[in-house]
Amino acid sequence: MTGTLDHIEARITAGERLSFDDGVRLFREANPLQLSAWANLVRFRLHPERRVTYVVGRVINYTNVCWVQCKFCNFYRLPGQDGGYVLPQETIFAKIEELLRLGGTEILIQGGVNPALKLEYFEGLFRAIKSRYPIHIHGLSPVEIIYLAKLSHLSEGDCLARLQAAGLDSIPGAGAEILAEAVREEIAPYKNSADAWLNLMRTAHRLGIGSSATMMYGSVESIEQRVEHLVRVRDLQDETGGFRAFIPWSFQPEGTHLGDVKRASGFDYLRTVAVSRLMLDNLPNIQSSWLTQGPKLGQIGLQYGVNDMGSTILEENVVSEESVFMVPLPEIERLIKDAGFTPARRNTKYELLPAA
Amino acid sequence: MRAIEQQLRGSGLEDILGKIRDGKRLEFDDGVRLYRTPDLTALGYLANCARERRSGDRAYFVRNLHINYTNICNKLCKFCSFYTAPNSQDGRGYVLSPEEAAARVAQYAREPIREIHMVAGINPKLPYSYYLDLLRAVKAARPDAQIKAFTMIELAQIARAAKRSLAEVLPELQAAGLAACPGGGAEVFSDRVHEELFRAKLDNDGWFEVARTVHRAGIRSNVTMLYGHIETVEEKVRHLLHVRELQDETGGFMCFVPLAFDPANTELAHLPVTTGYANLREIAVGRLLLDNIEHVKAFWIMITPGVAQIALWYGADDLDGTVSHYEITHALGTPSHRQVLTVEQLLDLSREVGRVPVERDALYNVIEQPLNAAEEQGGRGAGTKTARLHLATVARDPRTSNPEPRTANLEQ
Repeated sequence: MTGTLDHIEARITAGERLSFDDGVRLFREANPLQLSAWANLVRFRLHPERRVTYVVGRVINYTNVCWVQCKFCNFYRLPGQDGGYVLPQETIFAKIEELLRLGGTEILIQGGVNPALKLEYFEGLFRAIKSRYPIHIHGLSPVEIIYLAKLSHLSEGDCLARLQAAGLDSIPGAGAEILAEAVREEIAPYKNSADAWLNLMRTAHRLGIGSSATMMYGSVESIEQRVEHLVRVRDLQDETGGFRAFIPWSFQPEGTHLGDVKRASGFDYLRTVAVSRLMLDNLPNIQSSWLTQGPKLGQIGLQYGVNDMGSTILEENVVSEESVFMVPLPEIERLIKDAGFTPARRNTKYELLPAA
Repeated sequence: MRAIEQQLRGSGLEDILGKIRDGKRLEFDDGVRLYRTPDLTALGYLANCARERRSGDRAYFVRNLHINYTNICNKLCKFCSFYTAPNSQDGRGYVLSPEEAAARVAQYAREPIREIHMVAGINPKLPYSYYLDLLRAVKAARPDAQIKAFTMIELAQIARAAKRSLAEVLPELQAAGLAACPGGGAEVFSDRVHEELFRAKLDNDGWFEVARTVHRAGIRSNVTMLYGHIETVEEKVRHLLHVRELQDETGGFMCFVPLAFDPANTELAHLPVTTGYANLREIAVGRLLLDNIEHVKAFWIMITPGVAQIALWYGADDLDGTVSHYEITHALGTPSHRQVLTVEQLLDLSREVGRVPVERDALYNVIEQPLNAAEEQGGRGAGTKTARLHLATVARDPRTSNPEPRTANLEQ
């Protein structure tokens, strides 16, 4: 760790865009304190207040039936396989009501790619929710929408427009995994391509449907492929401005078909968060993944470019149970305060809400 | 100006960097300011300056084994989930006979263990001869390992059981195999905390008197501080300065070990778990105030391997060890708490973050040979999976000085 990162530091200090090579070198050569100092510089430039936001929301996994068979997934059941479910509307309503009682504003509706569920199912569900509850529907990741459009013989744009008309407000950035074809072919051969993921997001953003973007690192990708992912997200953001937040999280090998992969380390998380903050100069928010990292590293991430603790989620079903951490709302607030920041509630558009 | 220096200036702690560079001692007020800053990066930068001056880029670790020879204890400390009282009817109480302890050590006969860490409750029924027999049996089972045993509290009890002074007893313990002392039981040196949490235990002055006697007998020890319960910042700073003072006098402390309080299953279960910030802060402030102690430990069992790894840039130069069989924290906890790291995992943690792992024994003598052997073994063990995992390993192998990408280390 010599002084050879000087030109990168000069660019960061001057607010200039970092190149692909800069990103690779930051991953490979920067030490934790450098990454922390640089990520802080950018974070406080974008968010000068000592404030960390979060949204009171919950996850609703409406179905676990899925034919895509991603090797990193511990959640799905194939169509026809035992243990598959589709939640009845009453169950979904009950979950929303529980959330509203907690002052919640967002539901994250995500599931498997279930060929039995057509566009009309989602239109009906979203309309039923919207007619009953004042709640933001953050739902359906690109893979779900891409196959829903195919199944319904609609263009993705038309499919999205109908979902939007029925009540879909925004899209979670899930399923991005690593936006590099070689990686996707290895870990999710049946899933849509990286281009298809980006195209769907482009179409959604043009319709005024905002989204987040994720990156699942720590499976079989190289550093270069991580940086490629960041650059592709940044390029689309230049074009559309529709990404509200970026959320790196680490692959959890336990219980998956890639169970032999070594779990990514704590430093790997912090450097990935920091390099994301540094590379994504046009993305306003970097979200914590305390779910996969635990409250300790989730909190330390606040010193590595994270300015948002994400959703309170209330439940998690997709990542293998033994490797996730649930952190209740009071604990999220305590972690923020303990780190010297002021906790603030936001909505899905990152607008601040009055304290509950 | 460099970003990190700008941040340091913004934190108002710039003068402390000057003191470190000039070799000046930090004062009580400096310690309080270090604890109170929200700027963990500035604090880490300062601590890392002090750390690298002493230890360069080295990250020490030890292959060790923990033995808790009894959980019966009459001290009833409110922060402890391990003990059972001498008159308890809960059926949890145990005492390992010297033979049982030796048998446990023998289970690890094929592992190149260097340190046997042995601490336990204060069990008033154990006679002095038990402790000597225990040391001898363990030493006989593993003559090539060093025994680091007995907190200052246990040592006081051993002298009491012997009905002799500690100074007289120590040479006999040494002759039986005692090589070093772990320095536990210090908790926080505050009369208020002592009264509230561990009133039956040796008081603060008593702890220091035992430590002084141990050091005078030529036995080196560590020193701990238990944080994250009811202690105040000022009490912690006083604790550290008190330790620094005794170290000036005896020079017997090898390593400072901040211990994160785990409230689960204790009388203080209503308290929250220590945060990642707190874990790093204690290590950093300890490194900065204890300018006369060589090492600072990030005990991964208590703060998680991920935080311990990062702590290698916030003042820590020691990751403790492989710790086969740890019982004190999480004595009743869930089985999902991982209690063992393999040597390969410890090496990876250090290297990934740009540190050079150095194997040591209980007395911080550096061991060269087995580290290389373990690496070769790790490479061979990867076997047929190597090709598929190759990318992942390269991806997480950032800045080791070794230009060759390492092969994957599969968990065993």
